[in-house]
Amino acid sequence: MTIAETIADLAEQLEQFSDWEDRYAHIIAMGKHLQQYPEEFRSDDFLVRGCQSRVWLHPSMDQGVVHFDADSEALIVKGLVAMLMKIYNHRTPDEILSVPSDFVSRLGLDAHLSQNRANGLSAMMKQLALYALAYKVSGASS
Amino acid sequence: MSSQRHYDPYAVRAQFPILSRTVHGGVPLVYLDSAATTQKPDAVITAIDQFYRRSNSNVHRAAHALSAEATSIWEGARARVARFLGAQRTEEVVFTRGTTESINLVAASWGSMNVHAGDEILITGMEHHANIVPWQLLCERTGAVLKAVPVLEDGSLDISAIDALLTDRTRLFAMVHASNTTGTINDVGALCAMAAAKGVRTLVDGAQAVLHQPVDVQAIGCDFYVFSAHKLYGPTGLGVLWGRYDLLDAMPPYQGGGAMIQHVSLERSVYEAPPLRFEAGTPHIAGAAGLGAAIDWFDTLDLDAMAQHEDRLTHRATSIIYQVEGARVIGEAPRKIGVVSFVIEGVHGTDLGMLLDEQGVATRTGHHCTMPLLERFHVGSTCRVSFAAYSTNEDLDVFERALTKAVRMLR
Repeated sequence: MTIAETIADLAEQLEQFSDWEDRYAHIIAMGKHLQQYPEEFRSDDFLVRGCQSRVWLHPSMDQGVVHFDADSEALIVKGLVAMLMKIYNHRTPDEILSVPSDFVSRLGLDAHLSQNRANGLSAMMKQLALYALAYKVSGASS
Repeated sequence: MSSQRHYDPYAVRAQFPILSRTVHGGVPLVYLDSAATTQKPDAVITAIDQFYRRSNSNVHRAAHALSAEATSIWEGARARVARFLGAQRTEEVVFTRGTTESINLVAASWGSMNVHAGDEILITGMEHHANIVPWQLLCERTGAVLKAVPVLEDGSLDISAIDALLTDRTRLFAMVHASNTTGTINDVGALCAMAAAKGVRTLVDGAQAVLHQPVDVQAIGCDFYVFSAHKLYGPTGLGVLWGRYDLLDAMPPYQGGGAMIQHVSLERSVYEAPPLRFEAGTPHIAGAAGLGAAIDWFDTLDLDAMAQHEDRLTHRATSIIYQVEGARVIGEAPRKIGVVSFVIEGVHGTDLGMLLDEQGVATRTGHHCTMPLLERFHVGSTCRVSFAAYSTNEDLDVFERALTKAVRMLR
């Protein structure tokens, strides 16, 4: 799926829940399906700054595509991370850098996130883009 | 406080317009975050509104009717605070931006004159970062040493350790009146007496205490007492530093600017006497109008009955929390303000806070700016509920249901 298709798909999934309980249950369930985070990368080096709960993000590059491992100690945050992974993971740096920044409101998430949580989410998005940019720059120079 | 006095939190609550609003598209608000800031009664909102509608102008300056009115509001609020704290002189009350600035002012001004290399500053292990970091900065500047009184397992202070920690090098003992994280009320009168017996100056951080009980700085016997207006039903952006006049009078200015000088030439300036010496620039005049109204309003409450009511809420909240399997309340000292911090095994505070919020229940999750205290209890963050004069048993009914549901969803 393209990034646009993935965002539309996620939005559709979330829209089917009319009450907050089901929506959160869905987000938590997504987190539970997140690929297991490699323990060797569970260090402060891979912590995302600006999140209230600890979020780890580890990037790697393989054949022009960026792969992320990610995890959070908080269930709902982990679910949000899982959503981000669907959008950002296994994409080229250019694709990652083209993710529209308003997708959070397109998913209707902003209405349910306090400013602190929203800041955490944008900190994660910034970090994903920074890794992509770093790979793009190093790829262009090599 | 032996007899149970009648207290009607609903009559109090009716005076707080914000408490009848809803959040998240129709969920009634249950505000259990009063330790972060109290909501404001009509009387305070009206006073601020009236200031801008009728009296707005600058203080201590222009020769016109409005300026005289603004000055009298500003100075009237100062006199009101002085009476509220039991100050000997109105001039002992300095207005600041808040508790944090009040402490920084003492650390920078009093500290620069009185603290030198090898001296010691004593704090406690339950301080807010605002009563830690200014002293660390002072110690870095001067080569002084920062020490802390340990906290016991129940969240109270280890009184037995204090005598040895008050040495002949101790210059100041800075202590919190009531903890924003555990709710523990310290016997600041006894602590100040111990310090005074050794000639050590004292500063009491009253940010969390002023809204729960009457405060008398003479009875406490401290040298400095600080608090914020916004935690006493007043507006944000205004704080109080009370200090003994002789101490304030010997202190150099904290910030330079207008209003704090008697005469300025390009070579040197002659400073005003306290409190104006410490009030450079145009101050938060509307804030003072609000604080004056807040204290007037607070004075109408039966404080003993209110404290009993808040105590009952604190006990009930504690038992609600303990009904959850794996729950642990951080801090169960015998004397507490209306603050209950807790952790639940296997449930992350961030998740819990979000799910409580979805149900309209406003709590605080995190380290509450008391990281050393949380480290002492081996937790990284807690969820905190806190009460004020308008909190009700119904709030706790909703909290109980919301907590049960949130934990069920997260396990």
